Amino acid sequence: MGKTLFEKIWKTHAVKEFTDGSTMLYIDRHLVHEVTSPQAFEGLRIAGRKVRRPDLTFATMDHNVPTTADRMTIEDPISRAQVEALEKNTIEFDVPLFGLGHPRQGIVHVIGPELGLTLPGLTMVCGDSHTSTHGAFGALAFGIGTSEVEHVLVTQTLVQSKPKTCRVEFTGRPGPGVFSKDMILKLIGTIGTAGATGYVLEYGGQAIRSLSMEARMSVCNMSIEAGARAGMIAPDDRTFEYIASGQRPYAPRNRQLDRAIAYWKILPSDADARFDRVITIDTNGLAPQVTWGTNPGMVIDIDMPVPGGEQAGGYSRTDAEKALDYMGLTPGTRMTDVAVDVVFIGSCTNSRIEDLRLAADILKGRRKADHVDLLVVPGSHEVREQAIAEGLDKIFEAAGAQWRFAGCSMCLAMNPDQLRPEQRCASTSNRNFEGRQGRGGRTHLVSPQMAAAAAVAGKFVDIRKWQV
Amino acid sequence: MKTFNGRVLFLDRPDINTDEIIPAKYLTEISREALKPFLLEDLKLDGFDPATDIEKNNVIITRSNFGCGSSREHAPWALEANGINLVIAESFARIFRQNMFNCGMMALELPGDTIGRLFSQYSAEPAFAEADPDTGTITLSNNTQTEQIPFSISTFDRELITAGGWLNYADTKY
Repeated sequence: MGKTLFEKIWKTHAVKEFTDGSTMLYIDRHLVHEVTSPQAFEGLRIAGRKVRRPDLTFATMDHNVPTTADRMTIEDPISRAQVEALEKNTIEFDVPLFGLGHPRQGIVHVIGPELGLTLPGLTMVCGDSHTSTHGAFGALAFGIGTSEVEHVLVTQTLVQSKPKTCRVEFTGRPGPGVFSKDMILKLIGTIGTAGATGYVLEYGGQAIRSLSMEARMSVCNMSIEAGARAGMIAPDDRTFEYIASGQRPYAPRNRQLDRAIAYWKILPSDADARFDRVITIDTNGLAPQVTWGTNPGMVIDIDMPVPGGEQAGGYSRTDAEKALDYMGLTPGTRMTDVAVDVVFIGSCTNSRIEDLRLAADILKGRRKADHVDLLVVPGSHEVREQAIAEGLDKIFEAAGAQWRFAGCSMCLAMNPDQLRPEQRCASTSNRNFEGRQGRGGRTHLVSPQMAAAAAVAGKFVDIRKWQV
Repeated sequence: MKTFNGRVLFLDRPDINTDEIIPAKYLTEISREALKPFLLEDLKLDGFDPATDIEKNNVIITRSNFGCGSSREHAPWALEANGINLVIAESFARIFRQNMFNCGMMALELPGDTIGRLFSQYSAEPAFAEADPDTGTITLSNNTQTEQIPFSISTFDRELITAGGWLNYADTKY
């Protein structure tokens, strides 16, 4: 019987299999950021240990850094201490750091692929749940806790139970105004936020194959929001073209690249490989998605009314009522009648150059509504520079946007970019949990074009029909 | 090994996420003890007041998908800083569950109908729970009743608890 992409990577990385079914895996790339690493480095220091493979360990600063032009001076002393701790730790343990002010600094899941660190067939970990993003290249990539970060730093291995496999087939072809963000939100809405717990998802089908690498990353990024261990997409010519292009200092080149591609071509799941589960999502006629509640599974088509009562998308009446109460919405309201106060375009889900181009397509020659604050936050310094080279910054600024520097920004309210209580935000990020973007803030997850259009209209619109 | 007993805090909602367990704005703290005052501080549930309910309880019983969201080990640390080493739920998010055992703490799963029954039988008045990883039983009691409920735990997870977490476990093995 054939093997899946996941099984091929698992097998080639198994160092030791234990009697209870768990496996010690070799880790090819370990990405590190300032928030989940200080305790791990401290553990090494106390035990007198070294980082086993500093050449496979890479650090950046993203979660708590300010994104304004004066970001080099972090005013909050506790945040500053955390950033300084990473600088000190990476010097002491000889780990490369793409820190604040470095031309390749950015969100860890944006710079990994840019630098050529993310490659097909690798195992990759990071103390961050959105590590699943890197699976878009056909890598096995997943988030870990700080104890595990310390274990990987010391041993370059990790002990893991073997997950089950699930194929997610996206059939059909989405129409204009519908993007990969809508596809993954539709999946989460269909199976729920724990729907993929215990599984590694492999996304496939015509609708996945036709996506760019950036769009594939948005899909894999949100695998964790369905509870999955990881999300993966088989590498193909588009993957190889991305790796071969641009300034990617860690990617193979010339003859090494040819040899690598020959290997990568045998990675996709065999035709007779069996998955433990198969889910099919039809993208024909798929509508732009928008979340109405307080988790990413609480999501509807933009042209549907806010649900309630007995038909709240699989949620109990009580849970739906609590979510709607927090969100300040009532059942039956059309999402296209809901006004927004803030629009956030950014985060490891949707802050890549393609996302900014899509937002700029909407914003070009238009201006945000007066009552809306619009933030456009590139995922990396490289994305920022590219956007400037294409003149996108001028479009954003002419539209009244705040054009920022790279960081996690308003995705998670641990830096100066936050919502105030009861502010309503159209956000391209990944979590609409209570308080996620700031205490009392109300988050609606959408695609970059839906977010940009909401900024112009001052409310949600169906971009398939929208005319200014 | 940590202790796994105490008065029970019932949290009656599924999908309690890591941002609710410990909001991101506190993740800049470098020490675990600094997280103590902020556990579940913004969680809004009928009859739950973090200011008074956390201090007197050392066990949580809750619904499905507890700990969904981020990979932050700060979530178990915030529980541990408050003396809560045992969470019993219908199910857990994968990374949170692993982080609990990696910290030498227990995240135990019971069937949904059992959890439902525990809520209806025990949540109205003070209840106490204790989990014994060696016998694989939870003892639950209040003034009028007591019962033992079996749970399953893998050899690896039991060894993690016995060692007091993964890093201690790894130290004894290799």
